[in-house]
Amino acid sequence: MNEGTGIRDYDWWLLTIIFGICGIGVLEIWSATHASHLAGMHWKQLWWIALGFGLMMLLSRLDYHSVLDKTPILYLIGIIALLAVLVVGHTRYGAKRWLPVMGEFLQVSEIAKLIIIVTLARFFAEVRTDRLAIADLCKAAVLTAVPIGLILLQPDLGTAMVLIPVVAVGAYLAGIQWKHAAVMVLAAALMVPIGWHHLKPYQKERVSTFLRPEEDPKGSGYQILQSKIAVGSGGFWGKGLGHGSQNQLGFVPVRYSDFILAALAEELGFAGVFVTLVLYTALLLRLIQNAQHAKDRAGMFLVMGVAAILGFHVLVNVAMVIGFMPVTGIPLPLMSYGGSAMLFVFLALGLVMNVRLRRFVN
Amino acid sequence: MALLVLGFWKLQIIHSDLYAQLAERNRVRSIPIIAPRGAMLDRYGRVIVDNYPSFSVLLLRDDPQQVERLLPQIADGLSVTVDDLRQQMDAANSLPHFQPIVIKPEATPGDIAFIESHRADIPVLEMLMVHRRRYPHGGFMAHVSGYVGEVSSDQIEESGGRYRPGDIVGKAGLERQYNDHLMGIDGMRRSVVNSVGREVGRLEQTDAVPGKPIRLTIDYDLQLVAEEALVGKKGAVVAIDPKSGEVLAMASQPSYDPNDFAVRISKDEWQDLNEDAERPLLDRAIQAQLAPGSVFKILMATAMLESKAIPADYHVFCPGSAEFYGRVFHDWKKEGHGDVDLHKAIVHSCDVFFYNVGKQLGIDRISFYGGNLGLGHKTGVDLPGEEPGIMPSESWKEKVFHQKWYPGETISVAIGQGAIAVTPIQLSYMIGGIITGGRFHQPHLLLSDKAAPEIDFPISDSTVDTVTEGMFGVVNEPGGTAGASKLPGIELCGKTGSAQVISEQGLKRAGKQAALKDNAWFVGFAPRQNPEIVVAVLVQGGEHGGEAAAPIARNVVKAYYDKKQGRISPQQLTTQAVPPGIPPSFVANTARNSKPDDGEEETVPTNPDPAPTKPQPVSTTPQPTPAATVNP
Repeated sequence: MNEGTGIRDYDWWLLTIIFGICGIGVLEIWSATHASHLAGMHWKQLWWIALGFGLMMLLSRLDYHSVLDKTPILYLIGIIALLAVLVVGHTRYGAKRWLPVMGEFLQVSEIAKLIIIVTLARFFAEVRTDRLAIADLCKAAVLTAVPIGLILLQPDLGTAMVLIPVVAVGAYLAGIQWKHAAVMVLAAALMVPIGWHHLKPYQKERVSTFLRPEEDPKGSGYQILQSKIAVGSGGFWGKGLGHGSQNQLGFVPVRYSDFILAALAEELGFAGVFVTLVLYTALLLRLIQNAQHAKDRAGMFLVMGVAAILGFHVLVNVAMVIGFMPVTGIPLPLMSYGGSAMLFVFLALGLVMNVRLRRFVN
Repeated sequence: MALLVLGFWKLQIIHSDLYAQLAERNRVRSIPIIAPRGAMLDRYGRVIVDNYPSFSVLLLRDDPQQVERLLPQIADGLSVTVDDLRQQMDAANSLPHFQPIVIKPEATPGDIAFIESHRADIPVLEMLMVHRRRYPHGGFMAHVSGYVGEVSSDQIEESGGRYRPGDIVGKAGLERQYNDHLMGIDGMRRSVVNSVGREVGRLEQTDAVPGKPIRLTIDYDLQLVAEEALVGKKGAVVAIDPKSGEVLAMASQPSYDPNDFAVRISKDEWQDLNEDAERPLLDRAIQAQLAPGSVFKILMATAMLESKAIPADYHVFCPGSAEFYGRVFHDWKKEGHGDVDLHKAIVHSCDVFFYNVGKQLGIDRISFYGGNLGLGHKTGVDLPGEEPGIMPSESWKEKVFHQKWYPGETISVAIGQGAIAVTPIQLSYMIGGIITGGRFHQPHLLLSDKAAPEIDFPISDSTVDTVTEGMFGVVNEPGGTAGASKLPGIELCGKTGSAQVISEQGLKRAGKQAALKDNAWFVGFAPRQNPEIVVAVLVQGGEHGGEAAAPIARNVVKAYYDKKQGRISPQQLTTQAVPPGIPPSFVANTARNSKPDDGEEETVPTNPDPAPTKPQPVSTTPQPTPAATVNP
């Protein structure tokens, strides 16, 4: 524990934004579920928030350098956990993503996200050259590819995808060379047809549905269409909490989780969405600002990794809700219901807090 | 992020209305409540046409997977095949999924029991109550009542938005004429459903406004007599009250059963009806345009007296034929009538007398009186499809055939042959007008406090007297052509007619096929002074008006007097006097429908008959109507 890290040094702006977003989320979860058999879900969510907040505070007291020191072990634990979930994991909705921990099901890939951020932060921090060498780039790619591959095997395309911006942002900040970047992008593009071949039928359906949603309004296009109807019918001021018919009658799919923004858009209108998006923008800007003020490269990479992954979550989820992107199952950070995701976000923010608390410390 | 905000802006601000509509349609299932059509009552309030409740089985398709899973069970319960169901679902594939489809139009009590008992585990079935039209069986009054059917696309277009696809509208007869009055306004039951199609609440409901009943001028008892008299024949009966134009009875045979149209008539049945050589769809009372034969002599007598072109005491010697314009015209009586004046000419229906009258009047003068006494144009009766007939004249022939009128043609027209064509209702209208001194009342079937439009073409009292005496003689004097139809105690007057179907030349051309027998006519009225009823009878191929047509008119007039004099009470007539020629089913039905006059038509219930076998709506559907076409 370092001296000089007092209460005043916490990022109160960041905390305010976080709780603002969480508050809106809890409100909408309550509204979406209070009249159904899921009633009471918002209490569980509050509990997860409290737990996440506690873990965040704990993590922020720990020096992030000591976390970085243990990166190899953490990485190994992450890989083992991902392997374990494939072997003994709990199957839900046709995918093995959950490990039972203390009576709750933990979505292992959420922890893996955190570990990848830390691993890549340490990796890029240790590259001392101005320009990222091709060897280093390949190392980083392999470090990321292994967990991505394991997560794809679950299968969980969405979570696998969110890891890519972490390595992309890291590589960019580490000074990736343009030709290397071009080659990587090209390689990725070449992977697409091969990857398509290996997609699960439901995943292919989601993509093709996204491209032509009107073709099958009751089948897989249903979710996107219903989400858009919910959003559009909200109008400027919304229908009022608890009064969105799309939401209350269950037309919005998983209205308390992945599609919570659709439910919110219906009940609180464009105004509510605008406030929410402003909060997320503020959150991201605040994270970038914290990265700027980080004491060292490792801290900067840590915070930017978190910013990249959260930003990607927000963009993909929001775009999905209004039909700009296919349904991927990526939750909206801090708002969507779900323990693992909530804990991941708070822990990631704990790292950010940690970096901030130590910005003036030598 | 800005792009995403724009995305929300596009959905929530620009297209907000569209999505609001979609959201509304998502959650609200609108099911029309079919309004029952108004009944048709006779002039005393007895129900002739009404409705009966019937159920169709609806399939709710909101959850295709659930439907697919339940299909075998449904097929089993409703005694249909899975293939059949699948076919129906495929056919409705283009319709939105939230629109239920009818999978079985007439549900049996067994089907209804099945649906009710499986509400919990087969929630995709619903019952739709519709009101099917019930007409008297056996084609009773079919041409007057007409029939209903699904609205055609042409009618939808013409209606300017009043009709929607699937609506049941009047297609013929009074059903069509008074469709707007009879047809109610469908209501709408709106319920909130959740994402799996379960009803979770009810919204405000628009009740159906039932169609209004119409009260007809028809006297059921007289109609019965007329229908009975025509069974097995080809022809028509029209009975009107000449003082008001009210149609007391109107029958046409052969007929068809409008009940066949009430559910849905098959293409074959329709084709059969249309191609039937007997032409059952033709309403002979207003659409048969035929030569009137000797009935026309009444018009000739009126024209002769009113024009004063010929003295009233004009008489000719009838040797059995006469030559005009180099051609011999025969009298129907070969040996001739001897010395004939106007009275005798009417009573004995002397042709030679009227040949001479015709020659002296000329076609245009005949045409002038014909036109003013109701021929050559529609009477305006409130039925669709009335034909105008033909009242020939020189200009008519010039216009239609671009030929000159030959004077010889006038001789034929003088006895109601040749180019002249009339409908039975025109003859009743014409005679009714003449014997009331030229006060023509537009014939009508809708009973109303308001007097029907009246056209006056004053005829002098002396003319009326002369014509009336002549027509009285036809029935009541020795040698009168309808002497056999004399009614003791009733001053029945009338005029017979036997009209050739085609001219003699035509007959020759047709190769002497004598299969075309003369049409028999009789137009009678009673009493002699202040006549109350005029009856026109046509029996196609009946040959002699006096033998084939007059007895029918006599029976109708007799029934009229029997009722009037209290010898037969209306109810006895309908419930006990079972007419021999009418199928028993029809009798049973009409007897059930008959009820005593209970005053105001608005209070007459449209469905007095909850037949025990009819399924009743069951507890879980207190509102009796989910319906086929759903959601605008």
